[in-house]
Amino acid sequence: MSTINKSPVPAAKKGPSLKTRLSNAFVTLYNINNFILRFFRQAFVPPFEFKEIMRQCYETGVRSFTLITFTGFVTGLIFTKQSRPSLLSFGAQSWLPSLVSIAIMRALAPLITALIAAGKVGSSIGAELGSMRVTEQIDAMEVSGTKPFKYLVCTRVLATTITIPILATYTGFIALLGGYLNVAVNEGTSYTTFWEQVFEPLTFVDFVASLAKAIVFGFTIGIVGCYQGYYSTKGTEGVGKAANGAVVTAMFLVFVEEILIVQIAGWFR
Amino acid sequence: MEKGKANIDYNDAVITIRGLEKSFGDFEVLRGIDIDLFQGENLVVLGRSGTGKSVLIKIISGLLRADKGSVNVLGCDMNTITEKELTELRVRIGFSFQNSALYDSMTVRKNLEFPLVRNKKGVSKSEIDSSVERVLDAVGLLQAINQMPSELSGGQRKRIGIARTLILNPEIMLYDEPTAGLDPITCIEINDLINEVQQNFHTSSIIITHDLTCAKSTGDRVAMLLDGQFQRIGSFEEVFNTNDDRVKPFFEYNFIQ
Repeated sequence: MSTINKSPVPAAKKGPSLKTRLSNAFVTLYNINNFILRFFRQAFVPPFEFKEIMRQCYETGVRSFTLITFTGFVTGLIFTKQSRPSLLSFGAQSWLPSLVSIAIMRALAPLITALIAAGKVGSSIGAELGSMRVTEQIDAMEVSGTKPFKYLVCTRVLATTITIPILATYTGFIALLGGYLNVAVNEGTSYTTFWEQVFEPLTFVDFVASLAKAIVFGFTIGIVGCYQGYYSTKGTEGVGKAANGAVVTAMFLVFVEEILIVQIAGWFR
Repeated sequence: MEKGKANIDYNDAVITIRGLEKSFGDFEVLRGIDIDLFQGENLVVLGRSGTGKSVLIKIISGLLRADKGSVNVLGCDMNTITEKELTELRVRIGFSFQNSALYDSMTVRKNLEFPLVRNKKGVSKSEIDSSVERVLDAVGLLQAINQMPSELSGGQRKRIGIARTLILNPEIMLYDEPTAGLDPITCIEINDLINEVQQNFHTSSIIITHDLTCAKSTGDRVAMLLDGQFQRIGSFEEVFNTNDDRVKPFFEYNFIQ
């Protein structure tokens, strides 16, 4: 159905032919592109939804805190434990803090945070907006003079873009603490020495690339979750598909972006 | 409750529709709709499921765009209206959804405050509270103010949905299947509420339904939608007293029901 407030171009019905599938893929890409452009057109124009953005930041960030803390700590601990035998065979176990810091800060922290957020936050956004769509709550907002895109989509995308870099930084710190625990128990390395060795191999580019990755991941998770939910159809089945699609698509895109940003960051090293 | 005499101004059309057509793919839903809604009038649109009744009010509220024809709502041409004008117009139109469409994550109070806070800038907390209490009182559900939508019955949800539209003092009310899925007693209560809204809030309304009791007790005029066009328009009795084979089965089936 065409609405005055731009609904997506309908894709052709799924068929076996490659041509139809390709055509549908391009239609979806076109719709996502329009969705992103619409976000940039509306997100930075007053009135700003500060209160709702803060509420969404709380939902996205604070409510993911426990899971992120546990996962980050375990990742750091296990990664350190599993890396020790390899370094030990070269007699280079003193490099363990440096190896752990490079792996965690450059790759693991933003990636783990993004994957957890895609599962927890992305699915939640997809399901919530999908449910609102099929029960006409989004239409109800629209006919009451509220701009649902600005209120529902812009706030959630901004919230994930703001909170996921913060969570990724926190994950990095917690993962390093996990690594420290393992190193301290096995090698008896002091707290100060460990942190000196952690920061020694890291460069400014590492921090910038890590932060940039987390921002891009956050934006991706938000926009994919919102897109899937906002244009959800087919009742409760559609809500499930929206939640599932939000997770699968966001995770896939996160890995693609990881590869691209690692390549780009490599040029500056 | 018997329907009171409505104060209708037949010289003042708040909605004018001419030659309206709407299709979805190859399926022609509306095929040349012509109708006026007059100031203070309750117009009931009757028709079977899938005949385009809901599509009609979605076009009126700007949720869908017409393929052909003109739709003029409170002086605004819906074909050329800008997004800003549409937002302003929507504040003057109340839309009561078939399944109420209450915001699940908000209490009744927050549901009612939401459109008010977002459309009336600078309104004080006490004004908001008094408006919320006024409309809840009007629909007889003041006690439900702090409940969540999930805690309400179907009839209560309908009433809250109507209250949420009333809080902006709309000039036009659009009811999409207001009695669908409700027991007969609750249906009568909702019909009475629609008439009270017409009397007390001085609204002009379009009521989409296939419930003849609702049509008879709320409508000043009834329009029968069949095959994408209005086949008969008039009072309930005028529409009902016909030998038209396309119209009669609808009424007969309803009475058997």
